[in-house]
Amino acid sequence: MKKKEVPQDKSNLESANFRELCYAVDENGEYVTENSSGWEPKTVALNNAIEEINERIEGAKNRVIAGQTSPIEYYMELHKMDVGILASYVSFWQWKVKRHFKPSVFKKLSHKTLNKYAEVFEISVEELQNISK
Amino acid sequence: MEIDFTHHQSAHCENGVVSNLMKHNGFSVSEPMVFGIGSGLLFCYIPLLKVNHAPVITYRALPGHIFKKFAKRTGVKMKREKFRNPKDAKARLDENLEKDNPVGLQVGVYNLVYFPDEYRFHFNAHNMVVYGKEGNRYLISDPVMENVTSLSEKELEKVRFAKGAFAPKGHMYYPIAFPEKMELEKAIVKGIKDTCKAMLAPVSFVGVKGIHKIAKLIRKWPKKKGIKTANHYLGQVVRMQEEIGTGGGGFRYIYAAFLQEAGKLLGNDKLIELSKEMTEIGDLWRDFALEASRIYKNRSAQTDSYNKVADQLDHIANLEKVFFKKLKKAI
Repeated sequence: MKKKEVPQDKSNLESANFRELCYAVDENGEYVTENSSGWEPKTVALNNAIEEINERIEGAKNRVIAGQTSPIEYYMELHKMDVGILASYVSFWQWKVKRHFKPSVFKKLSHKTLNKYAEVFEISVEELQNISK
Repeated sequence: MEIDFTHHQSAHCENGVVSNLMKHNGFSVSEPMVFGIGSGLLFCYIPLLKVNHAPVITYRALPGHIFKKFAKRTGVKMKREKFRNPKDAKARLDENLEKDNPVGLQVGVYNLVYFPDEYRFHFNAHNMVVYGKEGNRYLISDPVMENVTSLSEKELEKVRFAKGAFAPKGHMYYPIAFPEKMELEKAIVKGIKDTCKAMLAPVSFVGVKGIHKIAKLIRKWPKKKGIKTANHYLGQVVRMQEEIGTGGGGFRYIYAAFLQEAGKLLGNDKLIELSKEMTEIGDLWRDFALEASRIYKNRSAQTDSYNKVADQLDHIANLEKVFFKKLKKAI
């Protein structure tokens, strides 16, 4: 990549007001560094990934409303987590977290357990129990 | 309290922290030099593992390895500590800052408040330097950022004790002893040999073979997984290759910069020639990313287009095979 070819496309970096560093060659063939504000191919990839996450969140929300899963799964998706990551945050086995996805099991969870999840998601227990709030 | 520390932006966090800490201690070592000596370049498909619900491939060595190898090959002694208890982690950090010693920290990205929201994923192998404290805010030199920043005590604790894969557990590190004279020559040779070995490894998911493997998978994805998933997977491949920290072209440009610098230092013209070749290969990686982005942007569903990007990867793999054989002979 030539220095003058380092892409300066619009990207999500703008919101944090920084440009990333790239390596490229100048007109004498010497390697130099150059800042880049973004590159469209990867912005599209990132946006698609975020869209995918939003679909997962939406799907989980609908399943909570339909009584097919507990709000824990919804908040897990909201925080871009998977079962493995959530399990390590609450220090439970993965099967246990999955069990807590069952609405019938969720209803009977102790305040202590609910609080553990609420803390990880940085919400109150009430918010955890009712996702519309 | 603020330590007199100069922040230099780098492409990648791990190289950047090492390079910045070395510079702080009076040794001018560039980011590409750290990357090359630490054998940072790699290609590896990690079977069975999924991140963000997509397969994982990496264009670089495992987190921490660049660092470890660089230290070993240059004779720098590092102190590394991990903690069970966040309180102990904080106390040790404060102690070092009191002694005017800037330290490197491994942190999770998800709760890194100064990152744009879109970039905050559960990735736990990010690195930064803490170089002081003002009130209850820690002064942070994050090598991928253009400027220095700061985090509150609570914010820093959260990222130091992020959970999930590669959980940092408060991991803190800093150099404690340096060789009398920094002799990079031998370290460079070792670093290059190691990279050639890894890239030419007779393992189906590593190096050149790993690139062929991914090409093969890409051909299968649309039929086996459906277009939507195939595009999601392909997007992740491009993100791993081009996301913040690679310096472009899946680290190939940083490596080319290293070969150029190493060639000058060793008086080896072959390395300088090979640097040019690596730049061209880097350009081909960029072309691949561009072509792949056309697929997932337009959601065009022809199996043909997947085969086309897979062909590009096979071509790159063939070139890299020849390249690393030549590189091995050049030193």
